Amino acid sequence: MIEIKNISKSFGDRLVVDDVSFQFEQGKTNLIIGESGSGKTTIMKLMVGLHEIDAGEVLYDGLNFPTLAVKEKQEVRKKIGMLFQGGALFDSQTLEENVRFPLDMFTNMSPEEKMERVDFCLEKVQLEGKNKLYPGELSGGMKKRAALARAIANSPQYLFCDEPNSGLDPKTSIVIDNLIQSLTKEFNITTIVITHDMNSVVEIGEKVLYIYKGKPWWSGNGKDILKTTNPELLDFVFASGFMKEVFNAVNQK
Amino acid sequence: MNLFFHLGRYFILIKRVFSKPEKMSVYGKQIIHEIDNIGISSLPIIAIISFFMGGVITIQSAFGFTSPLVPLYAVGFTVRESMLLEFCPTIVCLILAGKMGSNIASEIGSMRITEQIDALEIMGINSAGYLILPKILAGVVILPFLIAISMFLGIFGGYVMGIATHACSSYEYIFGIQAFFEPWKLYYSFTKVITFAFLITSISAYFGYYTHGGALEVGKSSTSAVVYSSILILIFNFLLTQLFLT
Repeated sequence: MIEIKNISKSFGDRLVVDDVSFQFEQGKTNLIIGESGSGKTTIMKLMVGLHEIDAGEVLYDGLNFPTLAVKEKQEVRKKIGMLFQGGALFDSQTLEENVRFPLDMFTNMSPEEKMERVDFCLEKVQLEGKNKLYPGELSGGMKKRAALARAIANSPQYLFCDEPNSGLDPKTSIVIDNLIQSLTKEFNITTIVITHDMNSVVEIGEKVLYIYKGKPWWSGNGKDILKTTNPELLDFVFASGFMKEVFNAVNQK
Repeated sequence: MNLFFHLGRYFILIKRVFSKPEKMSVYGKQIIHEIDNIGISSLPIIAIISFFMGGVITIQSAFGFTSPLVPLYAVGFTVRESMLLEFCPTIVCLILAGKMGSNIASEIGSMRITEQIDALEIMGINSAGYLILPKILAGVVILPFLIAISMFLGIFGGYVMGIATHACSSYEYIFGIQAFFEPWKLYYSFTKVITFAFLITSISAYFGYYTHGGALEVGKSSTSAVVYSSILILIFNFLLTQLFLT
């Protein structure tokens, strides 16, 4: 489990994250949602230590991450898998080398065991047989799936996904969402997904935190969000006419 | 203030670069890769430049030595001294600062803006060490070899051009390149090369590592890497020359 307690962050005199607290539960798909620029990616970067925290605590199973020494932080990070918005695959390495990379760095597996693990991860994300392709040869959806395979290669306890659906068509988005959810359940991972895709919220959001202007504004279940009376969240959820129609249709039934 | 900011950040980065590697075998493979990437790939350009510069120095020397009081073996002597003391260790390193420096800064800069460096950090890897240490070690190891080849080809180029243009005879040239040879000058030259190799790789990596923004900033980082590496090569060339030759 990961818990954030009263975390805040400013860039210059601009307060980006304002006193946010939340518990991200193990074995569940935890979502942080909000409009663009609301501070959700900053919260995630504060949690993994890519930004320094101004105030508050980030507890990984009780360990306050920001106060740990460099070596201790590295030990915690070895348990983290992360899917970046753009994939962040290493351009100079093949898909196989990308997925094998954390195993090369942190395990003493034999080459055969590593290959077995790589094949297992690629199969999980439906990229079996694509081992020798370079990231430049992959489509957007394949890159995200490959990044997901690399993220789970070293059996992480915590999985962070930064806008996994951005730039993908609805069908591929559903594939990625389902993958994230099934991996979370299968390996009992604490998964945190940053998104503003309402389809993802409803489909996989087991625990949702809505961030508005850097502040925690609403939390609940992905299904509950459609029943909200919170005006800012209503604005966000029903920003598109399509969602309103879906909502009305559901209510009429 | 800006200078002190960059100096401080540079030394903090260097400290991170030289911290204990996570896994030596992975770093070893990276060093071999970098030796090929930044070293061996520079060989053709170095060979061409050195060969022709040796030839040009030979012709210019022969053209300048019109007095009968100056023996023709002075041509070979001049080529050797120019190549060993200045052209190969300094001018070739300046050329390499352009080639290697922009290569290193743009590679690391692109990794920064595409979040590949963040991905390394999240995995618990010291990204500075993993990306920069192999480049520095590869540069420090391979550049002396490249410069030795450059010295040989420069002197050989002078010989070929000297004979071809009748600037001097084979005997005079060979006598000239052996005359008054002081081996400690090689020590001076290679000390310069190792220093310049460290400067080129570490400064270029520094500018690449702290790139922020997009493609435009990667270009700016590459330019800064080449400019600052070149300036520092010239400053250290002066300091080392003062230290060794006075």
